[in-house]
Amino acid sequence: MSDACPPSACDGCRAARGELERLGISVARWDYVVALAGNPNTGKSTLFNRLTGLRQHTGNWPGKTIARAEGGFGYGGSRYKLVDLPGTYSLRSASPDETVAREFLLFGRPDLTVVVADATSLERNLNLTLQILQVTDRVVMALNLMDEARAHGILIDARRMAGDLGIPVVPCAARSGEGVEDLLVEMEAVVTNRTTTRPYRLKLDVPGVAAAMEQLVAKLEKRFPQLPNAEWIALRLLEGDRAVAAKVADGSIGFSQTNSLAPNLA
Amino acid sequence: MKPAPKTDDILEMAEELRWDLPRNFNDHLTEAIYAESSRLAERSVARQGQSRRMDLQNRVDRLLTSPRTGFLIMGLVFALVLWLTIVGANYPSSWLGWLLTDQAYGWLRELAFAYLPAWLAGLLIDGMFLATGWVISVMLPPMAIFFPAFTLLEDLGYLPRVAFNLDRVFHRVGAHGKQALTTAMGYGCNAAGVIAARVIDSPRERLIAIITNNFSLCNGRWPTQILIATVFLGALVPAQFAGLAATGAVFGVALLGFALTLLCSWALSRTVLRGEASTFSLELPPYRPPNLWRTLYTSLIDRTLFVLWRAVVFALPAGAVIWTVANVMVGDVTLAGWMVTRLDPLGIFLGLNGVILLAYIIAVPANEIVIPSILMLTVLLLGQGDAWAESGVMFETGTEGVSEILQTAGWTALTGVCLMLFSLCHNPCSTTIYTIYKETGSVKWTAVSTLLPTALGFIICGGVAFVWRWVQV
Repeated sequence: MSDACPPSACDGCRAARGELERLGISVARWDYVVALAGNPNTGKSTLFNRLTGLRQHTGNWPGKTIARAEGGFGYGGSRYKLVDLPGTYSLRSASPDETVAREFLLFGRPDLTVVVADATSLERNLNLTLQILQVTDRVVMALNLMDEARAHGILIDARRMAGDLGIPVVPCAARSGEGVEDLLVEMEAVVTNRTTTRPYRLKLDVPGVAAAMEQLVAKLEKRFPQLPNAEWIALRLLEGDRAVAAKVADGSIGFSQTNSLAPNLA
Repeated sequence: MKPAPKTDDILEMAEELRWDLPRNFNDHLTEAIYAESSRLAERSVARQGQSRRMDLQNRVDRLLTSPRTGFLIMGLVFALVLWLTIVGANYPSSWLGWLLTDQAYGWLRELAFAYLPAWLAGLLIDGMFLATGWVISVMLPPMAIFFPAFTLLEDLGYLPRVAFNLDRVFHRVGAHGKQALTTAMGYGCNAAGVIAARVIDSPRERLIAIITNNFSLCNGRWPTQILIATVFLGALVPAQFAGLAATGAVFGVALLGFALTLLCSWALSRTVLRGEASTFSLELPPYRPPNLWRTLYTSLIDRTLFVLWRAVVFALPAGAVIWTVANVMVGDVTLAGWMVTRLDPLGIFLGLNGVILLAYIIAVPANEIVIPSILMLTVLLLGQGDAWAESGVMFETGTEGVSEILQTAGWTALTGVCLMLFSLCHNPCSTTIYTIYKETGSVKWTAVSTLLPTALGFIICGGVAFVWRWVQV
């Protein structure tokens, strides 16, 4: 736990914990799908390896994961499919590797998204977190690289952060395994609805946009009733996102491509 | 992806609504998100004094990324890794060579020829076993040193610094700075480098990165470079400097590859792939102490053994093919002899020979088997002369054995130099070609990526051979 955490009742009473069972790539059936998202080089693949027992290539440079990787683990009697996504700074950018992440978060409908944030540069990592909170409800933040943050003299009040964001925030260090158990407890609590998240949705108070959004959302929802994030799509259309426009036009929006999938250059 | 039809009512509505939106509302959105992030971070993050570690890191970074010292250090680090690989790989290579191609080969051959029909024994032992034995003894030791060393640098966080240094250079030739990362990945495997080009947003710059990736020597080609440099260039200097001379030669070829990457990127971005280089931001992550044992373990198991396995899988059938072409008769010569005679004029013009060209045709599936193919073809063709009486005697251990075989076949330093150059500049292996097709979805760009390096290889080798002979006359 972070040094800055005020002592809390929770520290004394550990919840009953299950055993982590690493399932490698054997995820034929699963109870929950969990997406690992975050900025580049925050340790998503390291956490992925620790939970699944797989050996996804890791390295200390941004842009290392280019396609998504899947693996599984069992915890507390449930089986989880974990999807390691390429790092991305924003849901609004569109290089092929970032598109993979964006598509899965928007349309893959994971049961839970774990945002892996770099504790040493939290402000920048919050940009993406806030965007993810706009498109999905069930989110847990893994405040990773806490060991480095401590070495740099950075203190983080994870409880206050959790209160502000409306989601569980778990300090951890995936490389050494510190805090990974706490993370599993929180993940389980959210997918089983024992914890209800109240994600902080940033108000986009640009005058004049709200009315336009409303009209577009109504139209989108009429044509694509199954669309989970119509507001976000409407916003992208208003921003002139051609990739999203093309998907609306050909009716493929909302259907995640299931295979790995860099768009062709042809 | 189909172009959006003009008649879609949702898109039309969006277009119309956009007219009435405040200008720069995207910027407002971005600003709003940034401002909120900053506010939230301020609420729960506190700093305790000035971090010593940050200071040290900044000082190291200034050294590693300054225009003056950055390139020098990069060159030294790279040369050191190469030198360690070349000098370190020599001994285990000799032992493995002695064990597999000397002892085990003779023993198995005796056994096989005693109990099996001659053609089957030849196919299995002279063909498949020998090719595989050579692959293992030539490939395993350099990879077992090169990969862990490279992975340690990667885990430490040196790669982004390299990308930072090279960004300016790539920018100047009209390419994307992240091409430095795809180039670096290509030093492991070109197929991986081609896939890594997905980190580049602009299709134009992504294509440039894909087409030029082949100029990064891949793991299938390092052993060729190292072996030939040791045998032909290391032998030109006194023994105590052999390692240095070989390192220098391989370093030179790798540097030439980098120069060709820049040259081709420049030429492409001035002609068929014209456009401005885009800017991007690159994070320099903190240096992280690599987890030594885990790195050694994973780079040995995942990369070294994986690549070795791939080499063995390709070497087995290739060995069989080679043995077959060397034993099937066409008129009164073998098929291999006939093909080598046909290829010889072109090969010799390029400073190579027919055997090398035939080996490159056989080795299209994997660069790893070029050297074993060359050795096997040479031995089998020599063997059809008079000296080929008994088994095993042809093979001495390690590099001396290789050197003897090749010199008997009439190789000179020119052949060695041209082989190193041709190994740098020729078509990508079939896996990479397929990957390029999958990533670009275009036959045209796949053909360009395949033919461009091959054409350059012909020009460079032909030119070197011409000048070499002209100087010698």
